[in-house]
Amino acid sequence: MGFAESQSGARVTLDLARWQFALTSINHFFFVPITIGLAVLTALLQTAWYRRSEPEYLRLTRFFGTLLVINVAVGVVTGLVQEFEFGMNWSAYSRLVGDIFGAPLAMEGLIAFFLESTFLGLWIFGWDRLSRRVHLLAIWLVAAGTMLSAAFIMAANSWMQHPVGYRIDKATGRPRLTDIWAVLTNPVFLWSYLHILVAALVTAAAVMLAVSAWQIRRGTHPDIFMRSLRLSLVVLTPAIVLALFVGSELGVIEARYQPMKIAAAEAQWNTCQPCSFSLFQIGGGNNDHSPTQIIKIPHLLSLLATNSWNGKVIGLDQLQARYAARYGPGNYVPNVFIQYWSMRVMAYIAGLVFLLTLWGLVLMWRKKVATSRLFLTAAIWAVVTPFVMNTAGWLLTESGRQPWIVQGIQLTRNGVSPSVSFTDVVISMVAFGLVYTGLGVVDWVLMVRYARKEIPPAPAPVDTDARVPSMLY
Amino acid sequence: MTLVSFWFLLIAVVWTGFFVLEGFDFGVGMLHGVVGRDEPGRRAAINTIGPLWDGNEVWLIVAGAAMFAAFPGWYATMFSGFYIALVLLLAALIVRGISFEYRGKRDQPRWLRTWSGLMIGGSLLAPLLIGVALGDLLHGLPINGSQEYTGSFWTLLQPYGIFTGITLVAVCVTHGATFLALKTSGAVRGRGTALAHRSAPVTAVVVLAFALWTHAIAGKGLLINPVEIIAVLAVFAAAWLAQEDRDGWAFAATTVAMATTVLSIFSELYPKVMVSSTRPAFSLTIHNTASGSYTLKVMAIVVAIFLPVVLVYTAWTYYVFRRRLSDKDFRVQHSG
Repeated sequence: MGFAESQSGARVTLDLARWQFALTSINHFFFVPITIGLAVLTALLQTAWYRRSEPEYLRLTRFFGTLLVINVAVGVVTGLVQEFEFGMNWSAYSRLVGDIFGAPLAMEGLIAFFLESTFLGLWIFGWDRLSRRVHLLAIWLVAAGTMLSAAFIMAANSWMQHPVGYRIDKATGRPRLTDIWAVLTNPVFLWSYLHILVAALVTAAAVMLAVSAWQIRRGTHPDIFMRSLRLSLVVLTPAIVLALFVGSELGVIEARYQPMKIAAAEAQWNTCQPCSFSLFQIGGGNNDHSPTQIIKIPHLLSLLATNSWNGKVIGLDQLQARYAARYGPGNYVPNVFIQYWSMRVMAYIAGLVFLLTLWGLVLMWRKKVATSRLFLTAAIWAVVTPFVMNTAGWLLTESGRQPWIVQGIQLTRNGVSPSVSFTDVVISMVAFGLVYTGLGVVDWVLMVRYARKEIPPAPAPVDTDARVPSMLY
Repeated sequence: MTLVSFWFLLIAVVWTGFFVLEGFDFGVGMLHGVVGRDEPGRRAAINTIGPLWDGNEVWLIVAGAAMFAAFPGWYATMFSGFYIALVLLLAALIVRGISFEYRGKRDQPRWLRTWSGLMIGGSLLAPLLIGVALGDLLHGLPINGSQEYTGSFWTLLQPYGIFTGITLVAVCVTHGATFLALKTSGAVRGRGTALAHRSAPVTAVVVLAFALWTHAIAGKGLLINPVEIIAVLAVFAAAWLAQEDRDGWAFAATTVAMATTVLSIFSELYPKVMVSSTRPAFSLTIHNTASGSYTLKVMAIVVAIFLPVVLVYTAWTYYVFRRRLSDKDFRVQHSG
């Protein structure tokens, strides 16, 4: 094999490995936010039952708990793929940064996963074995476990965006951890973790809203599902506002540490001060440095990127020159099209969701939710929005870090496994593709089936201390 | 003991914990169709591990993540080298994990049969593949001077590795059978006990052969490894105890057998972590793959604080679900 040939072969293998990571993690992140958010919402429902002893809340707890359990299973097994993938496809990366990146991953397993899965088992099977108080504690510990797990994985991810708490070992050239607290208090981590948590609440609340709206529209037990609809709106409204606010703060932090990411999100090729924000653009992309931008809002980009009215945003061309001088020749500009649109898709949809929740709150206040078929239908279809926003958010974060796998430390193309061939990656791609498609179909079928089921009656008289039967396999 | 040696021991212990716990639920997964002659019986078998299997599987995640954190070089070479084997392992684990959750969600014969089949296949394939991988670590694989694996998928399938896989599957079967005997009553328990009794002697012979082969591969001469001897004795003890209807003791015996079988690989491996068949000097060791001492120290503190907590609530979970299940429990109740 000639040199040129092996170069292009390696290039294809790299692209395929990147596609694989993108697809498996996007797929994984369909299930994760439902799990985190629905664990919290189910815990809230069960708390309502615990405090008020109204059987409606018990029925809702078990109804939404079943949806939670269906999703946890997929979230857990697809998470296993993510953990293995670092070593399988990205062994050079793992070898280089395992010293730092591995630590939060191991903490995640030990501190979060054990908690989550053990207490989920206790919750599902423990209805008739545990006291009401301990059983309630179990679902809250599940929720705590899911949130802790997100914390560690976001700490690891944030280190890739903005590496802190390390020094480069002179002998091996590898980064060595010197300060774990720096990793766990990385400003990128704190803000992106908050962002993930509210995104999870948005996702699960949107699912609960859609399911409740569907049940109310059908007319079976509207009295019961009005309670879950109310809960979902009460959670969704502040969560979506917070998501927008935290997201924009995260933008400011990222503009400081990863200026390329934010400049690309605005397709800002030249340095500006003050900078306006374009609502839409035609054209654009890495070869088009002067796209037609439509509706520019003056000062808004300065505000978003720097928190100040007249803030300066350095352009992509200037950043490119700066990076080339610092890291050597190469192209350091991420995919501008993805950055520009993923940011806007996320923000615009969030705006729409916020309007929907306002509409819902007004209807609720006037006691007209149950009769407004238009709102109920809109609420059902709105279930797709969080998944689009979540995917767009990850594209913005991860594509915006390119060409780096760890900002300033390792290029993505140098992180790939040297011993893994093109054929290997094709085989794994096909295998994961088949398994994930199957999983997706089964999960969807079961979710819809259970979401449309008539809510079962309360399993036991709840005013007594009689035990509720367990949800068995 | 040095910090790196401590971490090697810890990883060996986590792998052992994984096989001791997940081992019986691999066994139950493989055997649920045999011990349960009808749907209530099968459901009784599956529900013995219902609340436990997910937590048990976390031991595997922790084993992988601990290798990543403490020995990134080992994790990188092993996971990229065992590529196709790991794809198969992940598929097996995914299918198996999902089958527990989804099998009971519909009451239709074809649905139940399909998920049962997938559960059996996944529960068999997973310990087999991990066994092959662990055997390969000790047997040696083509690894070059920059710690990269240079073989193919087929290079992984050498006789000792395959036999290690078969050994672990055999121990999982017996371990699962003694677990079923301990956790069920009635007809399911009867068949579990019979299976334990019948499979244990076969497993004992397999473990004996495995112990001898392991000792020979390690090339440490006539020096007797007590871990391997305990493994062989424990399986024979399990065969006898199952016969005597001492369910608890029989399960304790298979637990010891499982632990020592896994530990015998690691005890022969130390201080290497992956033997290079290309040149002995290229072998990966705890020293040339380890993280810096700061990371190892931080993680040791985390383990010292949280592992005891995990063990306490895990033990409490087993206590909560100590009651035996019977097919009668599932005759009245329908899925839902």
